[in-house]
Amino acid sequence: MRIKEHPILSFEYEKEINFVYNGKQVYGYHGDTIASALHALGVKKLSQSINKKRARGFYCAIGNCASCNMVVNGKPNIRTCVTLLEEGMIVDTQLNKGELL
Amino acid sequence: MIYHDLVIIGGGPAGLSAAKVAAEAGVKSLIIERDFKVGGQLVKQTHMFFGSEKQYASTRGINIANILIDDVFNKSDYIEVMTEATVVGLYSDNIITVLCKEKYIKIKAKAIIVATGASEKFLAFENNDLPGIYGAGAVQTLMNVHGVLPGQKVVMVGSGNIGLIVSYQLLQAGVDVVRVIEAAKNIGGYKVHASKLRRLGVEIKTGQSIKEAIGKDCVEKIVVAELDNKWEFIEGTEEEIEVDAVCISVGLSPLSSVLSMGGAQMKYVAFLGGTVPMIDKHHETTINNVFVAGDVCGVEEASSAIVEGYYTGLLVSERLGFKHPNHEELYKDFKNQLANLRSGPFGKKTRLGLKEILR
Repeated sequence: MRIKEHPILSFEYEKEINFVYNGKQVYGYHGDTIASALHALGVKKLSQSINKKRARGFYCAIGNCASCNMVVNGKPNIRTCVTLLEEGMIVDTQLNKGELL
Repeated sequence: MIYHDLVIIGGGPAGLSAAKVAAEAGVKSLIIERDFKVGGQLVKQTHMFFGSEKQYASTRGINIANILIDDVFNKSDYIEVMTEATVVGLYSDNIITVLCKEKYIKIKAKAIIVATGASEKFLAFENNDLPGIYGAGAVQTLMNVHGVLPGQKVVMVGSGNIGLIVSYQLLQAGVDVVRVIEAAKNIGGYKVHASKLRRLGVEIKTGQSIKEAIGKDCVEKIVVAELDNKWEFIEGTEEEIEVDAVCISVGLSPLSSVLSMGGAQMKYVAFLGGTVPMIDKHHETTINNVFVAGDVCGVEEASSAIVEGYYTGLLVSERLGFKHPNHEELYKDFKNQLANLRSGPFGKKTRLGLKEILR
C-alpha cells in the first residue's frame, strides 16, 4: 500500500514504470526501488533460503544484508532494495544461490 | 589504476561534510557511495534534530541532507561523486577496489576517509527470518523515501530513539502501532519522544521482548513475553499479538569490515556498538593515511557524524599539505561541538567508548 496523505511529505505517483514480476506484467512508479515497488504490490517474499527454502523478504533496505536478493533480467543476487526500478525489467523470485554466468 | 588525493568511502553525513571542508582547504576528493544517491540515512529522517544551531537543530533530517548535498554539488570542481559503487577491498599502499555498475575499478589514494556508517542489528528469536520483520530504519526508508507502507499493524521492538521516532512516523503515515516493547526496565530513548507516543495512545511496555514470530510466507502473529532480571523469558507471561509487520530497533553496529580487511587494528567496544578501529586524536587508524569519521568508529547521532566529518576533513587536508585558511579556529570549534554533543548522560557511552579506542 502507498501513502496518499502525509503531514510532512508529499509523494508524486506520476510516471508509471512497467516491469515483469514472475511472468506477470505489473507496474511501480518513478523513484521506486525494485523492492519498494514489489512491497507496494503486496509482495513481501523476494527470495528463499538456500537449504531450507524459507521465505525471505528485505531487512535492512541499505544494500547490506542480502536478504532481498532477486534475479533481475536473468542475473541473480541483485540487491533489490538499492536497485532502482527500470522500464521493462524482468524480476524473478530467487530460489537458489544463483549461478555464475 | 585511477589516482586521487583523497577518497571518501561513504556519502552520508560524515562523508559529505568531510568532502566539503577538504574542498574549502583546496583538496580534491572522490566520494564513493553504494546507493544510487548520496545523503546516507538523513534522506529518510523527517523529524527535527536536536543539538545546537551549528548542527542544524530544529531542521528536519531530510532538509539537512539537502543542505549537505548542495554543499558538495556546489563544489563540483573539487568533489567528484561516484554512486552505485561498492568498495569491495582495501589493500596495502592505500589501494581500493570498487565495483561500479559491473565494472571493477582500482583506485590509489594519498589519503582515505572511511565514512561507511553503521547497519541495524538483528535479534535472535524463533522465525525471525519471516518476511514482514524489518529493521526500523528499513521501514523508515520504505515509508519516507518511497511512500510505501510496511503494513497496517506493527509492533516496534526496542524503545531507543530510533524505535520511538519511527513509531511516531508510522502513526504519521497512518499505520497502527500496536505496542512498543522494550527488554530493559527503562525506556532507552529521549523522554520527549516517548511522551509524544503515549499522548497518541501507544503503549510502551518495558521488561518485555519478542519470543517468536508466526506465519507462513509473512509474519501474521508474534508472541511476546516478560523478562526476568537475567533477561530470561518468564514462563506463563506469553501473549499473542496479531501484526502484519514487526520493526526491530535494537541498535546499530559500525560497518567497519573494510578496515578489518585493510589490516587496521580493531577492537570490540560494546559502548560504541561493535568492532571499531583504534584511532589517534586525528582520527587516523593504524594504517598510515587511512582515517575514519562518523558511525564507523562508534554509533552516535547524525549531528555527531556531521561534525566528525568536518573535523576529519580538516585534519586530512592538513596532512595532504593543504591547510585550511581558518584551520586553528575551525579545529577548536569542531572539537568543542563534539564535546558538547557528547556531554550529559546520553553521551556517557560514547565518552567511555572513545577512551577505549584512542591510541
